[in-house]
Amino acid sequence: METTMADTHGPPKGAGALAKRESRLAYLMLLPTFVIVLGIVLGPLLANFWISFKPIELADLRAAAPVVNEQLRPRPEAAGDAVILRYRLRNSSRKDAIEGVTLTDTLPEGIAVTLNDDRCALDGRALFCDFGTLGAGERVELQFPTVVGQAYLDAGERARDSDPVLTGDAPNVLTSFTFTLDNFRRIFASDEFWTVLKVSLYYTIFGTVGALVLGLFAAQLLNTAFKGRNVLRGLFLFPYVAPVIAVAFAWVLLLDAGPGGTLNALFQRMGLTDGPINFLGQRAVPFTVFGMAFEFPVALTTVIAFEAWRYFPLSFLFILARMQSISSEMYEAAEMDGATPLQQFWSISLPQLVGILAVLFLLRFIWTFNKFDDIFLLTGGAAGTRTLTVDVYEQAFAVSNLGAGAAVAVVVFAVLLVFALIFFRFSPQDDG
Amino acid sequence: MTALLTALVAGGLWGAVWMVVVGLLLMLVSGAVAAPPVGMALLAGAVAGAAWLATPREARTRARLALHGAGVALVLMLLTFAAPFGLPLEAVPLQQGVALVVFAAFVAVSLARCLDGYAIEPMGRYGFEVLLLRVLKGLGFVVFTIVVVLPFYVMVMTSLKSQQSLLSNPLDFSVDLSQGAASLFRSYIELFTDFHFGTFLMNTALVSVVTVFVTLAFAIPGAYAVARLKFPGQAFLSRSILLIYMVPAIVLVIPLYAVFSQMGLRNTLTGLMIVYPATTIPVALYMLQGYFRGLPAELEEAGLMDGLSRAGVIWKVTLPLALPALASVSLYVFMIAWNEFLFAFMFLDDLDLFTLSRGVVSLNSSEVPRQHLMAGAVVATVPVLVLFLWFERFLVGGLTAGSVKG
Repeated sequence: METTMADTHGPPKGAGALAKRESRLAYLMLLPTFVIVLGIVLGPLLANFWISFKPIELADLRAAAPVVNEQLRPRPEAAGDAVILRYRLRNSSRKDAIEGVTLTDTLPEGIAVTLNDDRCALDGRALFCDFGTLGAGERVELQFPTVVGQAYLDAGERARDSDPVLTGDAPNVLTSFTFTLDNFRRIFASDEFWTVLKVSLYYTIFGTVGALVLGLFAAQLLNTAFKGRNVLRGLFLFPYVAPVIAVAFAWVLLLDAGPGGTLNALFQRMGLTDGPINFLGQRAVPFTVFGMAFEFPVALTTVIAFEAWRYFPLSFLFILARMQSISSEMYEAAEMDGATPLQQFWSISLPQLVGILAVLFLLRFIWTFNKFDDIFLLTGGAAGTRTLTVDVYEQAFAVSNLGAGAAVAVVVFAVLLVFALIFFRFSPQDDG
Repeated sequence: MTALLTALVAGGLWGAVWMVVVGLLLMLVSGAVAAPPVGMALLAGAVAGAAWLATPREARTRARLALHGAGVALVLMLLTFAAPFGLPLEAVPLQQGVALVVFAAFVAVSLARCLDGYAIEPMGRYGFEVLLLRVLKGLGFVVFTIVVVLPFYVMVMTSLKSQQSLLSNPLDFSVDLSQGAASLFRSYIELFTDFHFGTFLMNTALVSVVTVFVTLAFAIPGAYAVARLKFPGQAFLSRSILLIYMVPAIVLVIPLYAVFSQMGLRNTLTGLMIVYPATTIPVALYMLQGYFRGLPAELEEAGLMDGLSRAGVIWKVTLPLALPALASVSLYVFMIAWNEFLFAFMFLDDLDLFTLSRGVVSLNSSEVPRQHLMAGAVVATVPVLVLFLWFERFLVGGLTAGSVKG
């Protein structure tokens, strides 16, 4: 019924079934996307909340597991030698017990083993031992008296050629139900956290505005047609297209305060500065205006400049595209009325660009807030440039406290949500 | 009077700017320790500005411009007592001569461009603003170009130098071509022989290409469904898919690190090939669905009428029409995967598995000389820049298509 309807482009009667089929097809086509996005983006996002409430260190990721070492000693020389088959078992974790520990092994041919431990049983060549619970750091040693036969020596096989198989259930720190608020307590209690939050905001606001303003200027430069414009446009996109590691290290070298730093050498040669400026390593320079003491944050300004430098191409591209879609008639009419170039820019171009500038501000603001690579590579978060994102890394991997790192990540996400709400509340509706 | 004053200021500005730029270039190229006399250049430029303004409009020919340039050079020589770049003339005379000619020519041409149509007469607000904007634009070109190019220039030149010569004179980027290619490119050769950069390059290429294909395989059907099929939640999806792109990678890193560690996926390229597509699919889907919407639906309907299946229509009708969009998306995704740093840095421990990003970071230690670090940066940059320049049209289209609409 449904198929005939579809084939004949049926009347509205069959539309219900047809629509159902269509939406089923649509969901099927979207399924792979849903799966991967759920698994790699939304799942981890929720998992991050989970981890932030858990007392988990980096080392805990290696779950407790039983480890065994198997040996036949001393080394048998001739048939009839009496030796010892030895298993040494150990719980790798010093914190967690392992339950239901068992050992299964296939013994080599041609040896006669005497079992002297009632936890073990031998069925033919198959050895099976059940140790029950192995406490934290506990060790177990089994020593079976063994007589070696000729068949063993002939086979040239070794006892350890078949690896013993171990089983055991250790509590997985990720899936257990122990929770704590210590992570959040720790990060909110430290003075540093509020500095980090402030630095994040400065970096985001000034980095975003810087990139937008530079982009606006660059777009003005390239808005008129001239020879070589496409070359320049390509060139202006370089900072954005090149890998972050390449440009970040180039900047580090350029701004180096030690011998070999290009910019410092240049400034000193031209007599602009006396000594080298530590662009990326100096926290602040004090200065006074009308008797008021201020501090100029050097390293933070440098990373903000880098951010503006690296991302102005993106806003430049969008603004240029928007400017070229403004009809030239308006400018011609304004020209007739005697409007000067600056007046034209102020009254014609800028109002037309407000929409794209707002969208760009929103996007860049969020992306700059999310940015980790740039600061991490330039300063590693030193000298007053530690933002929230760098703090996530520091807590989780430098201090090795995954839980605290996840807690900072939760803060990152929460701040982001607040921004998003503010933006959607106050942004004009037509700027999708 | 304002015209004369503006011409003086414009001339002074150009004189000073070109002195800084040309003096800088002279230092970088020749390695000589110059001290560009910016003040004197400013003065020479101001004189040149006034002189050109005083030249009658009809007399402003090419020959006159050349003469004017010669005048600029002469004035600078006089003002600096025959040391135009703060150097005695005997030091690197050839480079100094070229630099002087370049300086004079640039000042003369810049001024001629800015003052075109102006003379010593009242200019009004309109005229003043046009002149001001010309000067500002000119300066903008110079400043933007220098600021964009300088880090890349330092990167390439440093990779060709040796540690000692860098430390003894950090401004000397002159390249000694007489030493032969093997010595000149020593850092690069060592990277590929001793530092496994061949492996890194292959790993990066593999991960990037796989990411592109997986992304396309996932995003094409999804984008088609969102663009063409009606289903509950369609409008919501087409709007909210980009929100995924707003989720910070750093928030995902800890859970993914923990789970991938336990699943044995962490220190593998497979792990990266799962994570990268997941982060690029939402953008790719968004970009593609926008393009699919713009394609005429009649062609697809005709295909369906002719007995093609949905998959057949997508494969035979939609995709060939959407080739430019596919190219844009592929390039964009390739670029993201190639340049990705965070996950590569967190996930990869084994040298055999390093991507270029991870490999270059491992060069950032005090034991590895700087030219190796910069050579590594060049190796990571060149493929993606070449690809970008080759397909710039597509990439720019892709970058803007995503969000310029609306």
